[in-house]
Amino acid sequence: MTAPVTAIAWPARGLAASLHRRVHRHLASIALGLVVPLGLLVAWAAAAASGWLPEQILPAPRIVAETLVEMVRSGELAQHAGISGLRVLAGFSLGAGLGLLLGAAMGLSRRVEDTVQPLFTALAQVPTLGWIPLLMLFLGIGETLKIVVIAKAALVPVTLNTASGIRAIPEGYREVARAYRFTRVQTLRRLILPASVPPVFTGIRYGLTKAWTALVAVELLASAEGLGYLLVWGRQMFWLDTMIVAMALIGLVGVAMDAGLARIEARLQLWRIDAR
Amino acid sequence: MTTSSVTRLRRGLVLPLLLLVAWEASSRTGLVDPRFLPPLEAILSTALTEIRSGGLVRHLAASLARDLLGFAIGASAGAAFGALLGLSPLAARLFGPTFHAVKQIAVLAWIPIISIWFGFAESAKVVFIALAAFVPVVVNTKEGVASASPQLVEVGRALRFSRRQMLLRVFLPSALPSIATGLQLALIYSWLATVGAEYFMAVGPGIGGLIIAGRERFQMDLVMLGVVILGLVGFLLNATAASLAARALRWRTA
Repeated sequence: MTAPVTAIAWPARGLAASLHRRVHRHLASIALGLVVPLGLLVAWAAAAASGWLPEQILPAPRIVAETLVEMVRSGELAQHAGISGLRVLAGFSLGAGLGLLLGAAMGLSRRVEDTVQPLFTALAQVPTLGWIPLLMLFLGIGETLKIVVIAKAALVPVTLNTASGIRAIPEGYREVARAYRFTRVQTLRRLILPASVPPVFTGIRYGLTKAWTALVAVELLASAEGLGYLLVWGRQMFWLDTMIVAMALIGLVGVAMDAGLARIEARLQLWRIDAR
Repeated sequence: MTTSSVTRLRRGLVLPLLLLVAWEASSRTGLVDPRFLPPLEAILSTALTEIRSGGLVRHLAASLARDLLGFAIGASAGAAFGALLGLSPLAARLFGPTFHAVKQIAVLAWIPIISIWFGFAESAKVVFIALAAFVPVVVNTKEGVASASPQLVEVGRALRFSRRQMLLRVFLPSALPSIATGLQLALIYSWLATVGAEYFMAVGPGIGGLIIAGRERFQMDLVMLGVVILGLVGFLLNATAASLAARALRWRTA
């Protein structure tokens, strides 16, 4: 019985070496990934310093950095980002909430699905960008417009993924539930809810991405505050530094939200395997 | 439990019909201001006059032309860049992180800065549409090329394939389904980008410009007509792309 012990000890040493190699490779790939951005930054700075790139086309990196610091210090950036964030939060909660209800109804009842599906598909065919001008006529350009547009953007993927997630529950599971004579509530709580959480969450993640894109669209078209508005305002004043800061922040928030949800999603997928 | 298709059709028709009846009734009885909800025949007659005057065709043709031009530029650049990233690990490590960081910026956020760089001219719209088409093609081409089966690559090496042969006989066939997905996504994105570009740079003919003009003049019928066309074109582009992709990839199952 001694052999297995050494067999365990050996891989441990190998593990340390491979860990070391992996860290090394990881650092190398980070360094390689930085080559292009740094090269671009140097080229950008050099072009701006030599006057080859006029400020109205691309202001020097130093100016953009100064604008960023200034906007952070004055609280202007936080204010606009906060307004955008609240809009997404409100619109997304509304849209995702309704989407969960509608999707669950469609997934649970064939009759509801048959009734709602054709109209839903037809309406979902019109992109968010198409709904904005139409809704602007109905709702004006106030806060309601933004919330409704964002809610609609989140509603579609959440509904579709919830409905198909519930539909995709294997028939075998349902049979087991029937064999145990689960009540309706028990079936919902112990079968349908746990089995459909992963696909439903995928829909929620898509919904949040769509909500963020819709926010940018609606703020570009009709807003006097928010990150999208910063872009429009910068465009009018020819403040490219402001625009670059706003674009970077839009990208950053997008990444942060998606990365957070992706982590939760990965964890939920693990749970699904455990549940089997 | 199976419901016949007739029942399903009947169930599916209930809501749309109810909606149409409610719409027609409320605009006839004056329950809702017809400026907000024009009667259906008003929209139809707007459609007919727009078609007869040739205005609608002109707008649609202008939109589709810039859509396809931008798509062609963006998709071919994207396929080339994606193939480079997929074939060369060095290129992927050099350009990959930058590409993924920049790609996170919601594509519409590029419109204002592109309109500064290129003005409101046609070129600005085409550049923006190309950008929207570029991203999904890069992602999917890279994935497709990089996922070519190592055994096939091995076979190619054993047969001493030239670089060109490797590319055409090993990497391209195995990447095609993924590239097709990328192109299909790009076709949808570029249509949305066309409409977006026309909203913000509402100069010259185009469906997006038509909708914005209708909104400014408070012509609900025109806006609704434009929005329906927008959805219809998107649907048709998607359906065409899907059937083309299925036809092009038929050899895989055969």
